[in-house]
Amino acid sequence: MTYEFLQHYWCFIVSLLGAILVFLLFVQGANSVASSLGQTEEGRRLVYNSTGRKWEFTFTTLVTFGGAFFASFPLFYSTSFGGAYWLWMIILFTFVLQAVSYEFQNKIGNILGPRTFQFFLTLNGILGPLLLGGAVATFFEGSNFIVAKDNLIDAGAITPIISSWANASHGLDALLNPWVLVLGFAVVFLARVLGILYVMNNVADDNIRSRGTGRLIAAAVPFLVLFVAYLVHVLLKEGFAYNPETGIIFMEPYKYLTNFLDMWYLLVVLLIGVVLVLFGIGKTIFSKGYVGGIWPAGIGTVLTVLALLLCCAWNNTAYYPSTADLQSSLTLQNSCSSEFTLRTMFYVSLLVPFVLAYIIYAWRAIDAKKLTKDELKSDHAY
Amino acid sequence: MFNNLLLDIDAGTIDWSRAQFALTAIYHWLFVPLTLGLAVIMGIVETIYYRTKEQFWKDAAVFWQKLFGINFAMGVATGIILEFEFGTNWSNYSWFVGDIFGAPLAVEGIVAFFMESTFVAVMYFGWKKVSPGFHLASTWLTGLGATISAWWILVANAWMQYPVGCAFNPDTMRNEMVSFAEVALSPFAVGKFCHTVTSSWIIGAVFCVGVCSWYMLKRREPRLSIESMKIGAAVGLVASLLAAATGHKSAQDVAAVQPMKLAAMEALYDGGNGVGLKVVEGIEVPNALSFMATNDFEGYVPGINNILNGYTTPDGKVEPSVEEKIERGKQAIAALAAYRKAKQEGAEDSTLNQQLSILNENMPYFGYGYIRDKAEVVPPIAVNFWAFRVMVGLGGLFILFFAVVLAGAYGWPKALWRDRTITGLPKWHYWIAIALIPLAYIASESGWLVAEFGRQPWTIQDMLPTWAAVSDLQSSSVMITFFLFLILFTTMLAVEINIMLKQIKKGPQL
Repeated sequence: MTYEFLQHYWCFIVSLLGAILVFLLFVQGANSVASSLGQTEEGRRLVYNSTGRKWEFTFTTLVTFGGAFFASFPLFYSTSFGGAYWLWMIILFTFVLQAVSYEFQNKIGNILGPRTFQFFLTLNGILGPLLLGGAVATFFEGSNFIVAKDNLIDAGAITPIISSWANASHGLDALLNPWVLVLGFAVVFLARVLGILYVMNNVADDNIRSRGTGRLIAAAVPFLVLFVAYLVHVLLKEGFAYNPETGIIFMEPYKYLTNFLDMWYLLVVLLIGVVLVLFGIGKTIFSKGYVGGIWPAGIGTVLTVLALLLCCAWNNTAYYPSTADLQSSLTLQNSCSSEFTLRTMFYVSLLVPFVLAYIIYAWRAIDAKKLTKDELKSDHAY
Repeated sequence: MFNNLLLDIDAGTIDWSRAQFALTAIYHWLFVPLTLGLAVIMGIVETIYYRTKEQFWKDAAVFWQKLFGINFAMGVATGIILEFEFGTNWSNYSWFVGDIFGAPLAVEGIVAFFMESTFVAVMYFGWKKVSPGFHLASTWLTGLGATISAWWILVANAWMQYPVGCAFNPDTMRNEMVSFAEVALSPFAVGKFCHTVTSSWIIGAVFCVGVCSWYMLKRREPRLSIESMKIGAAVGLVASLLAAATGHKSAQDVAAVQPMKLAAMEALYDGGNGVGLKVVEGIEVPNALSFMATNDFEGYVPGINNILNGYTTPDGKVEPSVEEKIERGKQAIAALAAYRKAKQEGAEDSTLNQQLSILNENMPYFGYGYIRDKAEVVPPIAVNFWAFRVMVGLGGLFILFFAVVLAGAYGWPKALWRDRTITGLPKWHYWIAIALIPLAYIASESGWLVAEFGRQPWTIQDMLPTWAAVSDLQSSSVMITFFLFLILFTTMLAVEINIMLKQIKKGPQL
């Protein structure tokens, strides 16, 4: 295993985690439409109880995504999280609200009332995907930061910090870029699509399933419009390339289109992913009684996001570009951990299939019987 | 303690960042120990159900799992903030040692966190969906996942206290891992893990005994309270004895690698051989500190002044003064600067090697190069001194408490319990047990204060002080998020406590 291989391998692992995270945002998506999908108090509780059995997976994947990024590309971790402070803080804040909302909302002694926590779930359901989608968009659009490692040897400085944000908004400036918002809202509506598909599959309730089709159309149309618009924009825009020999970063026209053409296998993955998402949505809308759309759409989401994330990092591309100082942009080469750490973590990553196996086993065991109203009477219902 | 609040923007950022991290860690540490402790209790209760198939034990298991669940979410929520705060508030740290420090966090996510979150769902919702054996396994795996999670987090924390298995790379300007085994199996980490986890079991046990005492006080749930009390007291006695033993080991680790922390814990200004352990100022146990630190009643323990001015250990090793360390740290940074400049200018290998030689020679004191005054390396004495006493004092009290409760629960010695049972004692007995619940938390948080305040000003011992580790943020930004988190965590804590109390009041409904 060469150092270069390990860099690409870890980029793949982190991108895969990111892609799975986007799929698992179905929890947020379903929560954001719980009122309209459930309509009655009982219907809302069915939705929350359905997503409430999966929220830990989304949360855990977010934590693991962060940990894996930290271990493999620490310069990204330090630059993005420390720089885009407000963006990440708002994301974290909404996820904290979500984590406690399930357990607290319908418990006796909840002094804030169930509506407060249902509002928190809705808030997280919209802001979580919007800001995570926006954060992903910055991989293509760039961020306003500067990296100067030599600051560390300025012993006279009060704080010899190497990564700085070039404006005072600390990440909120990204939301002024309309393309960041386009991808952000595309992810919001994608999460809703997946959430509706998941609830239709997981909850054995005719009312919810019949309402789900209409809600699905209302979410799928804006998602497709926004996604196609962003995809076309990315393929046509100039991208952030670098010379692996010199490390010099430069702008290259049609960089991401070129990447897909150079790495045809990613294009194939992207196309399969998109077709699967469309199939999952289309069959659910047009085939009455079909409730398995979450699986093709979910797998399609993972493949699509994976292809997009790899496209912005592989093939000598700066995956976290700087709009303040082009040469500060982060590449796999200049931001990764040492070869020793990447190799060590490679062996740790071999545990991932084992972890996936027991997750699937446990998931199937719990979901073998679909959620019904009767279960809302059980002791641990949310 | 927080010298830079309300000063200029950059300096204020340091203290607000410290305050925010401390706030998050303190809150996180309110929930995690109960998770770890209750995991053992509910695991034992469900195991008895699995063996006896008696409905009572299933109801008891469900009851403890319900309390576990109320507490679990807040632990998870505060934990994610801690992980990401390394990036958001300590970005320089994240780059400088991310090559080493990120690995345990990633392993935690992959190995432990997924296990915990997968099987906790089976534990809650799987009673009617999976076999009893699978359910029991899930309950234990939930606890095991939480414990493995604690292992990797404490490996990461121990590494900050005692950095091993790494080397500085002047080309990448960061420390890089050279031995994963040294990092993951550091003796400091092993000691820290054992002490932290066993002390968490104490909290679970005190909580269990306290809840049972409340039922006894109210003359309710007689069987649940007596049976659970037996389990809680047994777990608590074992845990408190283990915590005492592992605490002794931890003290020796601290004496070996963080002598300033030990000196601060004891407010020991002038050390020597055969040093006594202060109970409080003016009262001391002769030679006990020497024994605690070195396993030898005549062992040498340096004081704060010795460390500041330099001293010679009994085995002849000369420890330089802090001023000398500062000087050598500055030489290391200057050599690094010269090396980088020479490399950019394409200098010959001999020039580069000369600078590297100076850098390597002074690298153990690299972090001192950022120290401006030797007084900065002295941690807050009063906090360490009193927090240590609170922790140890309450730890001793818990050994006695659990021994008495266990004996009472089993009616031993019989002569004492001939005419009464533990469920029929005067009310003040139960009030004492209930009052010990907050004291257990105070003991646990005190241990954390000793561990973290004792290593100030270092984020990584001798390698990186706090002011060289922060992110480039305005202090106002961090101040706002500090108060947002304070309001959020405090509100959620209030909600959790109220829900917990109502749930206990409702009872298991056997």
